[in-house]
Amino acid sequence: MGWAIAIHGGAGDIPLSLPPEKRLPREAGLRRCLEVGIAALKARNHPLDVVELVVRELENHPNFNAGKGSVLTTSGTVEMEASIMDGKTMKCGAVSGVSTVVNAISLARLVMEKTPHIYLAFDGAEAFAREQGLETVEMSHFITPENIERLKQAQEADRVQIDYTQPIQKETPKDAAVADGDSQIGTVGCVAVDNEGNLATATSTGGLVNKMVGRIGDTPVIGAGTYANHLCAVSATGRGEAIIRGTVARDVAAVMEFKGISLKEAAAYVIDRVPPGTAGLITVSSTGEITMPFNTTGMFRACATEDGYSEIAIWDSPSK
Amino acid sequence: MGGWAIAVHGGAGVDPNLPMERQEEAKRLLTRCLDIGISALRSNLPAIDVVELVVRELETDPLFNSGRGSALTENGTVEMEASIMDGSKRRCGAVSGLTTVKNPVSLARLVMEKSPHSYLGFSGAEEFAKKQGVEMVDNEYFITQDNVGMLKLAKEANSILFDYRIPIVGTCGAGAAAMDSPLQMNGLPISVYAPETVGCVVVDKEGRCAAATSTGGLMNKMSGRIGDSPLIGSGTYASELCGVSCTGEGEAIIRSTLAREVSAVMEYKGLNLHEAVDYVIKHRLDEGKAGLIAVSKEGEVACGFNTNGMFRGCATEGGFMEVGVW
Repeated sequence: MGWAIAIHGGAGDIPLSLPPEKRLPREAGLRRCLEVGIAALKARNHPLDVVELVVRELENHPNFNAGKGSVLTTSGTVEMEASIMDGKTMKCGAVSGVSTVVNAISLARLVMEKTPHIYLAFDGAEAFAREQGLETVEMSHFITPENIERLKQAQEADRVQIDYTQPIQKETPKDAAVADGDSQIGTVGCVAVDNEGNLATATSTGGLVNKMVGRIGDTPVIGAGTYANHLCAVSATGRGEAIIRGTVARDVAAVMEFKGISLKEAAAYVIDRVPPGTAGLITVSSTGEITMPFNTTGMFRACATEDGYSEIAIWDSPSK
Repeated sequence: MGGWAIAVHGGAGVDPNLPMERQEEAKRLLTRCLDIGISALRSNLPAIDVVELVVRELETDPLFNSGRGSALTENGTVEMEASIMDGSKRRCGAVSGLTTVKNPVSLARLVMEKSPHSYLGFSGAEEFAKKQGVEMVDNEYFITQDNVGMLKLAKEANSILFDYRIPIVGTCGAGAAAMDSPLQMNGLPISVYAPETVGCVVVDKEGRCAAATSTGGLMNKMSGRIGDSPLIGSGTYASELCGVSCTGEGEAIIRSTLAREVSAVMEYKGLNLHEAVDYVIKHRLDEGKAGLIAVSKEGEVACGFNTNGMFRGCATEGGFMEVGVW
């Protein structure tokens, strides 16, 4: 048994025809963030520090939907959310509605460690960030031209991308979504275990393109997008509303425990039970196993173990 | 088995020195809410309508910590949250950071049914409320003199009060209160900790389960603080098997994803409702203090708590009815 780490940059309808100019920067981003995580684990950092560090890197990378590069609300603003959880102590922290904090995941960690609360949102979260001296910037820092374009397309198509569970808006041709190719990206995350079995998870996102102002997804909801206990650490991505209803992250650990099955079987079981095309997750177990199932077209992901295995992938791959 | 069943709660963790008239007041409110729910069930309203109706009643009454009578933030304002879940398709809706919406649980329902999302917070939620034309009032409406007094006490004690309904009798405030009772919750003497989040769970004649929870949160909480009540899987959960609403130490409830746990052990370990409730209360809370109410699709009702009391009431179609504090 040794350390293990997995990261994701979002699951969704990533077309196989994704052009290189969209694919390569993301693969490079995953590779770099994975390396950051590996170095931190090799240096014997605690998994909680590792997952925060890696997610900060993913947030700073403009091609993933978190931090810089976050998708926009219907008002063209950025509202980021994140959560973090330590498997051993089961302490957790979460934030929502963050618009000026450079690294929402670090704010979530501070909520966990410096307040008697678990979850802070909107103005209260922003005020706390300032009190704590976290780096804040103008909201424009997070907004990229690609996301302005995505919002425009979504508004033209007049629907919320990646996610709707009630058919309240008019149907649009599937092409509208595929045209952009990578419009269905959501969320970044990292899970890690050290060689003592300490587990941690962190997830961060800008949410849904064209979401209502104030919309909260699965990412900051402990048990939905993020969960860790003594058995495993999980970070989920996909259609927030389906992940919340399916208590996805929690269920992986619950199924392992209650059905006595392996990490891989448990994760596959949980993914099978959410509607097709709605979710993916990464998870590591206390014994260093990794699995990264998804029922969407693809999921940007990467993983590595101490014994030298590593992988970077987008679509189905024959490995674990 | 079968038939409808309903349970309501007004919070877990009760001061053993709670004056009798307060206990009676609470029991009367719980009874009234049960009666409202029972009438609705007899009129064949579906579970999801019944839980909303009952929680609206609890929000409107200033006695418990939800809607009017909510605990106050550190700024002396009210920020409310709620969630609702329909077991049939596990549809859900939640809201946080409400300051002018008269009935948070109803807004949560509208999020579930009239928006493409599951959870809205703060100004976005208030905007949605306006568009939906729900009843809005000034923040002052929710603030009671009792709670203004409690907030002052909490600040003096420089700690968070989960909720506190004991009228201030002496002038010594928290100090005197602390001496009276050795029981503690969240590091505070029980007499200054009496969380009164409200909730309702129902299974209707068709075996459909639903759950709803509503709260003003912690006394003296930071503005923007979100607790377990609006978090699906923590404070509220409903599936094909059961409906659950929790109350108590928010952190403990979130870490243990308490509401989801009841359904998970039923589903994955094959326990029945009572066994599931006992199991999660006994094994999932560790140092945390909490309580919950639950119903199953078979028409059973159960409640469990590891606190010193929980304001609750339950009834079944078979004629069973009980309202309790201890």
